[in-house]
Amino acid sequence: MTDNTDTAGEAPTRRRSRTGLLFALLPVAAFVVIGVFLFRGLSLDPSEIYSVLINKPAPAFDLAPLPGKDNGLASSDLTQPVQLVNVFASWCVACRVEHPLLMELKRNGTVPIHGLNYKDQPQAALNWLRNFGDPYDRIGSDLNGRVGIDFGVYGVPETFIVNGEGVIVRKITGPITPQILQKELLPLIAEMQK
Amino acid sequence: MAPELGQYALVLAILVATVQAIVPQIGAYRRDAAWMGVAPVAARAQFLLVLFAFGCLMTSFIASDFSVVNVFENSHSLKPLIYKISGVWGNHEGSLLLWILILTLFGAAVAQFGQNLPPTLQARVLSVQAMIGVGFLAFILFTSNPFARLDPAPFEGAGLNPLLQDPALAIHPPFLYLGYVGLSVAFSFAVAALIEGRVDPAWARWVRPWTLAAWCCLTAGIALGSYWAYYELGWGGWWFWDPVENASFMPWLAATALLHSSIVVEKRDALKSWTVLLAILAFSLSLLGTFLVRSGVLNSVHAFASDPARGVFILAFLVFVVGGSLTLYAIRAPSLKGGGLFRPISREGTLVLNNLLLSTACFTVLLGTLYPLFLDAVAEEKVSVGPPYFNAVFVPLMTPLIAALAIGPMLAWKRGDLAGVMGRLKFVAAIAVLVGLGMAWYAWNVMPLAVLGFALVAWLALGVVREWAERVRLFRWDIVDSWRRATGLPRASYGMSMAHLGVALTVFGITASEAWQEEKQVFMRPGDVQTVSDFELTFVGAERLPGPNYSALAGTFAVTRNGQPVTILQPEARTFTNPPMETTEAAIRTTLAGDLYTVVGEGDGQGGYAVRLYYKPMVIWIWLGTLAMMIGGMISLSDRRHRIGAPARKQADTAGRDRDSGALAAAGAGD
Repeated sequence: MTDNTDTAGEAPTRRRSRTGLLFALLPVAAFVVIGVFLFRGLSLDPSEIYSVLINKPAPAFDLAPLPGKDNGLASSDLTQPVQLVNVFASWCVACRVEHPLLMELKRNGTVPIHGLNYKDQPQAALNWLRNFGDPYDRIGSDLNGRVGIDFGVYGVPETFIVNGEGVIVRKITGPITPQILQKELLPLIAEMQK
Repeated sequence: MAPELGQYALVLAILVATVQAIVPQIGAYRRDAAWMGVAPVAARAQFLLVLFAFGCLMTSFIASDFSVVNVFENSHSLKPLIYKISGVWGNHEGSLLLWILILTLFGAAVAQFGQNLPPTLQARVLSVQAMIGVGFLAFILFTSNPFARLDPAPFEGAGLNPLLQDPALAIHPPFLYLGYVGLSVAFSFAVAALIEGRVDPAWARWVRPWTLAAWCCLTAGIALGSYWAYYELGWGGWWFWDPVENASFMPWLAATALLHSSIVVEKRDALKSWTVLLAILAFSLSLLGTFLVRSGVLNSVHAFASDPARGVFILAFLVFVVGGSLTLYAIRAPSLKGGGLFRPISREGTLVLNNLLLSTACFTVLLGTLYPLFLDAVAEEKVSVGPPYFNAVFVPLMTPLIAALAIGPMLAWKRGDLAGVMGRLKFVAAIAVLVGLGMAWYAWNVMPLAVLGFALVAWLALGVVREWAERVRLFRWDIVDSWRRATGLPRASYGMSMAHLGVALTVFGITASEAWQEEKQVFMRPGDVQTVSDFELTFVGAERLPGPNYSALAGTFAVTRNGQPVTILQPEARTFTNPPMETTEAAIRTTLAGDLYTVVGEGDGQGGYAVRLYYKPMVIWIWLGTLAMMIGGMISLSDRRHRIGAPARKQADTAGRDRDSGALAAAGAGD
């Protein structure tokens, strides 16, 4: 509020003009700072989501299966040259979007897919799998979301690509779209399986 | 042929704009009437040239001329005509052309309606306006040519983003741009005043109608955009604090502050350098918004396909315009003489408070919008700042603003009598407290904030009515005298009441819809019944229907209340093929009491469908409130004092004071 100086009429003129100048310089100084960041921002990609776990071993876990299913999921199960760990839930609308693609991968036997059933009611998850189909080799039921936290999950669905040493190679946040599948996922899987 | 003519017109326009930027500026310096006289002529010529170019692009869109890259990428021959037209500005290049068209329209308007301005001021304003024009014309010609050709021409276009194929969205960018670009006039006036070294009440009176007009358009644009998000995105939300929404909200906050501080300059000759700064900031924030949307610096659902070269160009332009004007401000502002003195408790005092709160709000939005960028640049962390932050900072800022809003207009200029005003507002305060207590009893366990919200609404709405009653001495003298006074009040005063009432209505809508919203996300099979609020919704079924350029899954709900049929709602989920995309078309039953909102989603393959059902009480009042604000602005714009000429500056000044002193007398204290 530069004009507060105007209203403080008694202040000596000299001091007034100096504080006035200081106030007047403030906006342009603030703009310079913002401008520097905007310039820096031009060379950054906001859509690339950073994960601390990339190229690190997947966290150790051992989850019970859904009731009535045989295979639970543990970190020791991640032994194939390449496998997907797909975080899903019956309450997740976006999971419905990627689901047909996962079913297709399963049908073609492209890659083993494991499910991490995140904060879900087991019965609801079973209904969901019965209604839409079950693309998973193994499913771990992460009732309280503890394992999800270890994986750094912040939205469902997320898909982790894990190699034979149990190391997370890549992570896809949000539903797998046909585009991501064709352009990123399939080439990566093919290369890792070589 | 049309595209080449359009391109040629743009090249001519940039030449005219360059002349307009340089010649009148020198003319004003030398007091040379002939050189200054170039400005209005050039401004009109520039507008006609850009209008012609815009017409050329529109012709190409309507004719579906796919040899133009822009038409190929954003149109499709099967698209309805209105979306072919709106496709012109539904993309980066075309929307930029619309931006420039509106910029030159305002330039021509200043040339037309600004004939009573002092010649040097008008010449300088138009020169600054033309500098902005040169920047944008260079931007479009060098980085974003809308007329680029494609050889060989494809047979069919790629289509417009289906989300954008919507009536509200078709008309919302023009309004928004009228607002953004309208602020350029206030900016040009501010820079011209800094060059002249003089800011006085007459200046404020000349700037005010332009700011008001821009503000009205911006309000309309934001409201339309938010209503679009409400019914098109299918989540029942109406404001997401998305960077692009913030980009329009920041100039709005600054323009609102500017509207109020310019009153102080006009009436009291005080707050001058602050008002000039606000005028610069309001337009700078519009430009910043443009940069954020088009450079891809921030992630947003609204962002146009971004290109680093464009980002660099806009940033350079931003540095020139904003950096240049703020530097000029730093040099000149300290020499602007302060005018009338005033006490903290006075009309000016409350307007200063209004400005402090609005600019703090604006700054917090700026901080929240740019914070992800700061953090990414400094710590390489990706974060997003969302509604929790904004909601947490906005409530404490808006509460005192609304509380002061009822008091401010009743205080006298210079030195107000707060105790007296509070005495006259005691019934209003009592009712507001009663409403608060009632709500505390009724709604405390639902949402404690609702108590505050409703108390504020009652306080503000009744305060506005009380202030009007005060002015016309309702029930004080005889009714005939009140009627005479009511018809004699300046329109600006009705505009103010209307706009302030609009604020109350919007807060009312927000509070009620947030507190008592009901939401259900379920799978429904035909015949299933769900109850939302006191409505029973029977799911009749869903079927595939073909549309002009999409296929739709249309669900049908029969809605009854207490067994009586109310309506049939048919939400759709549309699948577009060009480009492939899904959109939801919510079916909404809107009444003043609340909206019943239904969305249908994918089927589970066994006759069940994922549906979302909402009941949002009073939600329509959010937009009715913004409509009232806009109408208030328009009423104020039609006030006589904006139409009477500036030549009688002294006279107009005292006349303005006289009319206002009616209100002062009513408030019980004169100058």
